[in-house]
Amino acid sequence: MPNKTILQGINEALDQSMEKDKTVVVYGEDVGYEGGVFRTTAGLQKKYGEERVFDTPIAEAAIVGSAVGMAVNGLKPVVEMQFSGFSLPAYNQIVTHVARFRNRSRGKYHLPMVIRMPYGGGVKALEHHSESLETLYAHIPGLKLVIPSTPYDAKGLMIAAINDPDPVIFMEPKRIYRAFKQEVPDEMYEVPIGKARMVRKGNDITIIAWGALVREVEKAMELVPNVDAEIIDLRTISPIDQDTIINSVKRTGRVLIVHEAVRSFGPAAEIISLINEKAFVYLEAAPRRLTGFDITVPLPKGEPHFIIDPEQIAYEVKNIMAFEA
Amino acid sequence: MLFENYDPLKGEMLQILDHEGKIVNDKLEPKINKETLIKMYHTMVLGRVADEKALQFQRQGRMLTYAPNIGQEAAQVGPMAALKDNDWLVLAFREFNAMLFKGVTLEQAFLYWYGNERGSRYDDDVRVLPINVPIGSQINHAAGVAYASKLQKKDEVAIVFIGDGGTSHGEFHEGMNFAATFDLPMITVIQNNQYAISTPRHKATKAKTLAQKAIAYGIPGIQVDGNDPLAMYVAVEAARERAIKGEGPTLIEAVTYRIGPHTTSDNPKLYREDEEVERWMKKDPIQRFKKYLIDKKLWSEKKDEELHEEHKQNVLETFKHVEETGDVSLEEIFEHTYENMTPNLVEQMEYYKEYLKQGGNE
Repeated sequence: MPNKTILQGINEALDQSMEKDKTVVVYGEDVGYEGGVFRTTAGLQKKYGEERVFDTPIAEAAIVGSAVGMAVNGLKPVVEMQFSGFSLPAYNQIVTHVARFRNRSRGKYHLPMVIRMPYGGGVKALEHHSESLETLYAHIPGLKLVIPSTPYDAKGLMIAAINDPDPVIFMEPKRIYRAFKQEVPDEMYEVPIGKARMVRKGNDITIIAWGALVREVEKAMELVPNVDAEIIDLRTISPIDQDTIINSVKRTGRVLIVHEAVRSFGPAAEIISLINEKAFVYLEAAPRRLTGFDITVPLPKGEPHFIIDPEQIAYEVKNIMAFEA
Repeated sequence: MLFENYDPLKGEMLQILDHEGKIVNDKLEPKINKETLIKMYHTMVLGRVADEKALQFQRQGRMLTYAPNIGQEAAQVGPMAALKDNDWLVLAFREFNAMLFKGVTLEQAFLYWYGNERGSRYDDDVRVLPINVPIGSQINHAAGVAYASKLQKKDEVAIVFIGDGGTSHGEFHEGMNFAATFDLPMITVIQNNQYAISTPRHKATKAKTLAQKAIAYGIPGIQVDGNDPLAMYVAVEAARERAIKGEGPTLIEAVTYRIGPHTTSDNPKLYREDEEVERWMKKDPIQRFKKYLIDKKLWSEKKDEELHEEHKQNVLETFKHVEETGDVSLEEIFEHTYENMTPNLVEQMEYYKEYLKQGGNE
């Protein structure tokens, strides 16, 4: 099987979906002729033409709002927000319309659309290019939120997202777009939305992460070789895979959630609530979260203070393992 | 009146100093004093040298992403020269020369692109809002600044810059309409550098000019040769007069060209021909302004060489200082979130300090 990057996995998913399904259209700022500022959509316009793959004016609300109309009228739009930090001009459309069309029309209309957005820090970028805004999207009823961490999942989740009858926010961990390769099948396949991935089985502690931080957790475990950790890549933030989380915590009794999104009211808070509701009596230590601080992501000179690295994850694991009630 | 004589629908564009550096419209040649003319030129050369060096620094891995201004110096400096010290400058992100003219220091301007927020903390008496990355949103800020000026009967205006790409954004429309509706003392300069990253202007709007968008707001709009510092000066001077008299905002489209990439992350060879770039390099704003100053006996080739050398040294030394002092402390990333740090933030910072104390890694 050929080795591919996350970026290639996404590109291939878009390519094959467009090939197979004439209703799939791909558009956004710079995605057409240039193939995207990260080259995620490279080659698609040449192959499928300017009507199905096109550059738009800089107008995120128009990009998402028009996708609503297209989805209502028989197309499957896959649109790009150039960076998640620039998705906010479209946030009104996403929250007030994308998430609600099915409910509003009592099922007459549904929106099979995907909103792609590179997200996350660690790429030494300017302001608004490093945010992790999972919370803003996971909090909205009617949206699904998917984040791959491997090339295999990137391809399979993108195909699943395009085929999904409901709108999917697809956040792409740009820091690891090209960081590593993995064997990815050439044929089309789906990775189910709503199912977490068991990265590694273990008995001492459950560590939950997603996106670029999954690899950081894996690296961290080399620093604490005596700890037998179970690592879960959540992959879908919403709807959350409760079973995988709860079953794991019931066995390990200890849990650490790691995310780059800022701390307060973030995904870890939701996950810990679930654990408290459904696995409280199994806990051997207070659940903990290692997250972005409650601040604006610093510009690159201050960003190293903000970014979560394997050493910090290992430090937290040791804290939890040392917990005594 | 100036604006009535240049109808954007008829493709009429204001130009005073042509590509060769010759005055082609002597009736409109502005009477700018010698000091200001020299300051304009100095700033443009400093901006150019700083841009070229910044691109080098970036390639050497010493500077982060950088958005160069090469070719757009006149579109920025001409307007600023026509304004007063108490006027406000509301930025997008490609206004390095306008910032320098207005009193942002080279060190501050570099520090921002070096990746340090202190580079957006300009001196107290410098009326410049920080660089504004979300496209188009700054127009509304400028409208608010202008509203406050008007309400408080202050004799001042707000100038706001935006790119051609920014005019596609909803907020451009909202801000322009808002400012026009309340006759606000605002001047909008569109730096039409022909590209929104890779997307050429003609693929972003059917409008023949961007200046004509003013018609829908009921205000004057004018297309100006953006590589002509004198024409830009004259247009903004007239717009300021309107604004101060309470006649409302003006839309000025500076027709120029982005000689460099969108930012250092961009490769323009993917979407445009070298010949096009070369064509525009012949319209260079600095060359034509230099010729104008030499013809006026205000400048010489010898002085020019000295100035370039002086600026080169200045840029190298300033950037060295930025590298020596540009680190950001842990406290700094927390302490500007609110006036006072919340208990949450104190706890998070202390947690991290404890982690570092235990031998943790930054």
